[in-house]
Order: sequence, then structure tokens, then C-alpha cells
Amino acid sequence: MKNIVILGAGTAGTMMLNKLNKVLDPKKWKLTIVDKELDHYYQPGFLFIPFGIYDKEDVIKPKNKFFPKEANVIYSDIDRIDADQNKVYLNNDHTLSYDYLIIATGTEICPDEIEGMNGELWHKSIFDFYTVEGAVGLANYLKDWKGGKMVLNIAEMPIKCPVAPLEFVFLADDFFKKKGMRDKVDITLVTPLDAAFTKPVAAESLGGFLEEKGVNLVTEFNIGRVDNKQKKIISWDEREVDFDLLVAIPTNMGSKAIERSGLGDELNFIPTDKHTLQSEAYENIFVIGDATNLPSSKAGSVAHFQSEILLDNLMSAINEKPLEANYDGHANCFIESGGGKGLLIDFNYDVEPLPGKFPIPGVGPFSLLKETRMNHLGKVGFRWLYWNALIKGRELPMESQMSMAGKKVPVVEKTETKTLHLKNN
Amino acid sequence: MNTETKNEKTVVLDQDGHLANREEWTKELAQELAYHEDMGELTARHWEVIHYIRDEFEKNGDAPSIRKLTKESGVSTKELYQLFPKGPAKKAAKLAGLPKPKGCI
Repeated sequence: MKNIVILGAGTAGTMMLNKLNKVLDPKKWKLTIVDKELDHYYQPGFLFIPFGIYDKEDVIKPKNKFFPKEANVIYSDIDRIDADQNKVYLNNDHTLSYDYLIIATGTEICPDEIEGMNGELWHKSIFDFYTVEGAVGLANYLKDWKGGKMVLNIAEMPIKCPVAPLEFVFLADDFFKKKGMRDKVDITLVTPLDAAFTKPVAAESLGGFLEEKGVNLVTEFNIGRVDNKQKKIISWDEREVDFDLLVAIPTNMGSKAIERSGLGDELNFIPTDKHTLQSEAYENIFVIGDATNLPSSKAGSVAHFQSEILLDNLMSAINEKPLEANYDGHANCFIESGGGKGLLIDFNYDVEPLPGKFPIPGVGPFSLLKETRMNHLGKVGFRWLYWNALIKGRELPMESQMSMAGKKVPVVEKTETKTLHLKNN
Repeated sequence: MNTETKNEKTVVLDQDGHLANREEWTKELAQELAYHEDMGELTARHWEVIHYIRDEFEKNGDAPSIRKLTKESGVSTKELYQLFPKGPAKKAAKLAGLPKPKGCI
């Protein structure tokens, strides 16, 4: 009997378990999955909780509902991985041995990384919306908020779901308008990036939405500390932004267990081959989803596209064949823009989000990088698809490789030439 | 053409204002770029950071993040911002003749 151990039963880990369970011979392979939590969270739903669109019950289901009955499920914290010995030490004193290990331990917010963030105002007038506790706390706060300065701050990149901060301010604009108090709220997005988004074509169109909705944008702001007394955030270069309500996206880091195992980079993300998804350090370890250090988005769609590649390559490794499946960085994200509308972006490592139609070229029904009602319906409908098909490892009608069909490629800007006068010395 | 033309060097910059051809980089050019950014004379501390990120780029194909810089170069975040005002990761990469760090989305 050989062992495959999956660490983490979130979106990526649960999908992998279901996919592997379908293809591996149960007489030869034992599948084990480890997670500390009993609940599975539909994380894209967290965004809607602060505005009372979803509540807690809409985003939580028991994890064991999504595991195949043959799987060995262990609920425990992970102490560390000893990759040289092919062993995982758990906090419940158990030790697991593996032939192959799949790491899907995700990412978590670390407010402690910023001076003063986790201080007296944390979850009183500073909230995150990347945890259920934060999102629910924010919902309660917003219910009777009389208005003032709402600041949304991204501490540093990368973050899980890089479009979420934009969606949050779009939805906030909509929420306050509906409550008839938009004129009492000043909304500011404060980002370390030099624009609303990292990719130029999308940044321009998304930046336009901010302006249209009267959301202020502060760029290249790298937060150094939070002043709890004066209610302001201060950057490393001593710029200040005042807030009454701070919606914080603290530093995102990989699991502490990865740090204890010595397998991570400076943010505890695991160096991973960007195409094969094999760990750079160990041939029998594969990494998927938010736990990787890949320059792709940390998002459920990415984990989904990766799961097919990882399955192919793990089977090749088992059969001692070369790893031929190739992940291209494909991501696909609905962006809720408020007022019952949304946008959709589709991109990979090399191609930034472009306008066009998706998935059928010229037809749609979804429009890329354009605000439509259909895109919003796609986002809303996705929750059903997530619970009923995606994490159960069922085939979805989407290619794991990005397609250029239906995309409009803009004229590439000419490289700027500049003359510098060098001194003669 | 006056005599100054002889001392002019034309360097091509990419759309982010970083050196388009890495091979053109020299220490003298780094100092010129620093003057251009109103940063004055580069100190030994600046050079430590510039050399470190050039080595990192050789190894990894991307300039390091601020977090990696502070963890591995021994220069604190505070000092990095003093040395390279307004975005040390980007500015140091610019002076080192490297493209704008990719960052992640």
C-alpha cells in the first residue's frame, strides 16, 4: 500500500482528493487529507457579508460533506513536514508517512506583521474581510455606522483575490447609496501598487470605475504602522491617511507549518515550478493553490485550473514518466462592480486581462473587462457551481489553459527612448 | 553638433522608465540614473543594496520584494526608504538596471 497525503482541505486540497480518489486504485493507494477546521468556507462569499448580502450560513458547510467516503480524514494542526524523511508530524502526536505529498495549506492574513494593526482598534474600528469573524464584525459595524472616512488598505502584495479590494469599494459605494448616506461617507482605496490594479489595460478601466463612483485612490503607499490613538495609517515614507473605519487587508502569508518545516520563502510560500507544480526542492512534493510562490493570482479559479495539471503530472510521476502537463498561469475572475453588475477578467502569466467575449468568442455570454448584468449573474451563480461541482472534482466546461480566442489585443505601446547626459569624468 | 554630444549617451528605457537593455548597465550609469532621480551621490549603503538585488536577479530572474530585501540584505525597512525614497524595491531595481519587479496579482 502506498500513501498520498494532502495537507489542507480548502478549495485546492478538497478538489485534489476527489480527483485522485476517482483515478487511483484503492487497493494500491491510501489517500489521507489533513485539516485543522471542520468547516469549509466559500471564501468568495466573504466579500458580500459586510453588506448584508450573504450571512455566515451562506458561506459555511461541513467539510466532510465533500470528502469521498474511502478517504482517511484527519482533523488536526500540522506541526511540521520532514521532507527528507517523507514524514508529516501532526499536533495530535500522529506521524504520517507518504510516498507523495500535496501541499494545499493556503494563505492567511497576518495583522501582527504591521505595527499597531492588531492593537486596541482591531475588530472595533479596524476590520478585515478575509476571515468570517472579520466579515461578520464589519457587517455589524456597518449596520449602524453614521458615516465618516472609510479607508481600505492593502498592506503588501501578493494578496488572496487581488480584485477583492476593488470589489469591496464598489459594493460599499452601492451600499451607502442605497442607504441614502453616500454623501456622508468618504471612501479611499490605499494601495502599495502604482495604480488600481497591477496589469495596465485592466488598471485603466478599473481606475475609471473608481473615479466614476467617487472613490479616492492613494497609490504607492506601503503601510509602516497604524496609529490607534489618532486613527491614521502611516507609510514607511511618513505619508498619513486618516480613517474612522479602516478595512484592512493585512500581509498574506503561507501557513506557519511551512515556516516550521523550512520549506517556504520570506512569506512562507513554497518555491514551486511554475509550469509543473512540483516543489522545487523535492520531487515527491507537489504544491497547489495559495500555498505556492507562483506569480499567478491567489484565487479559487487558479486552484481549479492547477488541479487538472497537478493530477496529470502526479500520475506521470507515479508512472515514472516525464511531467508534461504545463500550467500557464490561467486565472478567471468575476469582479462585482455594484448595482447588480459585474466584470469578468481572464488572463495568464503572459497575457494580461483584455477586453472581449467569454467563453465563446464573439458571443459570450460573458463580456471581458466590461460591466454587464450577465457577469454579475455569473458571479452569483458560481456559488452553486462551487458547492455542487467544483470542489467535488467534477469536470467544468472550462479549459485549464487560457485561450486567446475572443480577446481583443490592444496596440502595444512603443518603447520610450530617453537621452541621458553622462558626465565626462 | 557641439562637443558635448560626444559625452552624451543614449539609453533606451522601457515603459516603466527602467533600463530596456540590461547589458548597458554600468556603475557610472547607475550614478547617472540616481542624479536623474534627484538622489545625489550614491553611498556604500546604496551600493550594498544594488549589488544584492543584481545578484538576486541573476539567481531568480526577478528583483526581490522589500520584505525579502530587509530579511536578507541586512538593511531595515526604515533605512531602505531613506536610501531609496518612495518605493525602494522599484527604485533600487531601476538604479540596478533591472526591470520593475513583477509583483504578483
